[in-house]
Amino acid sequence: MSSAKIEVIEKYCKGCAICAEFCPKQVLEMDAFVVTVARPQDCIACMQCELRCPDFAIKVHKG
Amino acid sequence: MSYDYDKWIRPGKLPHIWCPGCGHGIVMKGLIRALDICGLEKNNTAIVSGIGCASRLPGYIDACTLHTAHGRAAAFATGVKMAKPEMTVICCGGDGDGTAIGGNHFIHACRRNIDMTYVLMNNHIYGMTGGQFSPCTPTGAKASTTPYGNPDPIFDISKLAIGAGATFVARTTAFHATQIDKLIAEGIKHKGMAVIEVVDDCPTTYGRRNKFRSVVDMMKVLKDTAVPVVAAAKMTAEQLEGKILTGVLYQENKPEYCEQYAKVIAKAKGA
Ligand SMILES: Cc1ncc(C[n+]2csc(CCOP(=O)(O)OP(=O)(O)O)c2C)c(N)n1
Ligand code: SF4
Ligand code: SF4
Ligand code: SF4
Repeated sequence: MSSAKIEVIEKYCKGCAICAEFCPKQVLEMDAFVVTVARPQDCIACMQCELRCPDFAIKVHKG
Repeated sequence: MSYDYDKWIRPGKLPHIWCPGCGHGIVMKGLIRALDICGLEKNNTAIVSGIGCASRLPGYIDACTLHTAHGRAAAFATGVKMAKPEMTVICCGGDGDGTAIGGNHFIHACRRNIDMTYVLMNNHIYGMTGGQFSPCTPTGAKASTTPYGNPDPIFDISKLAIGAGATFVARTTAFHATQIDKLIAEGIKHKGMAVIEVVDDCPTTYGRRNKFRSVVDMMKVLKDTAVPVVAAAKMTAEQLEGKILTGVLYQENKPEYCEQYAKVIAKAKGA
């Protein structure tokens, strides 16, 4: 069980899917142009999604 | 820990104007992390741009910023640096801004080896004005002005910078987010002209015309074509066909322009 908390700032998310595509654990999914956290328990807090989001729309808070 | 970008973002400026998946946002975040790595202060940091989507970047940053005329970032930045040599001066902008209309200013800033860092976002196109070809549009690629494919060869920005006299030249891509901050920070710490070329994506005016189905496809190409210089040394010309070299491509120490100019001032004053 992961202790990282993934925060999506929906009003900033432009639905590009970069975060979801390159997440090594398939934690994220796209839902009508906004990313959703489908499998939070699988997150390994690698920060890749946060680093590559062009829009400051996803934050990973390590537990 | 989640990275705190807020300190360097002007309040109320987000969301930014860039299209979904535009790499300029990834570069901006890398630049902000580089400012922190270098421990810079807002009052002593100037960020200067010309015109274009990429050149909108300084407008979001809470530092001393200048959004100038098309292609003139290096010229204005040279003025800032000469008036206030103690300031850290960073230029940013696109391939159109920096190598077409501003190519002259760019090469001469390199030639002078003035102490600044130029972050050049190379998305191979004039994004802001609807996708006209730039000197960095690949041969054969489609732009609004090359509907049958671009007949021109490209400028290799990094080679151009090295040839013109820049003393720190590095390249990465918008996919390689952690390398963006590291290379920009190295460039800032380097005394002299540093050019960081970030190969970037414009899904809206380049991707669509050139058969990329999505921005994710463009990111995959950036991921797959980048080869670190160290790895490239062990590869054959055939294996390197179509690849882009990433990492620090060139570095040397040479006299810096403001220091040389200070000597002229001292001489003129009879010191
Ligand atoms: C003197 C002048 N000529 C032309 C323009 C129109 N113009 C605005 S942005 C731009 C190109 C920008 O392309 P680039 O620098 O590659 O940045 P991008 O938009 O792709 O990020 C042009 C030609 C202008 N603003 N000023
Ligand atoms: S931190 Fe890593 S594992 Fe967790 S959601 Fe982001 S990319 Fe996936
Ligand atoms: S990378 Fe950012 S903007 Fe793109 S889908 Fe993910 S959270 Fe949204
Ligand atoms: S037009 Fe291209 S360069 Fe401009 S914001 Fe959109 S994707 Fe980015």
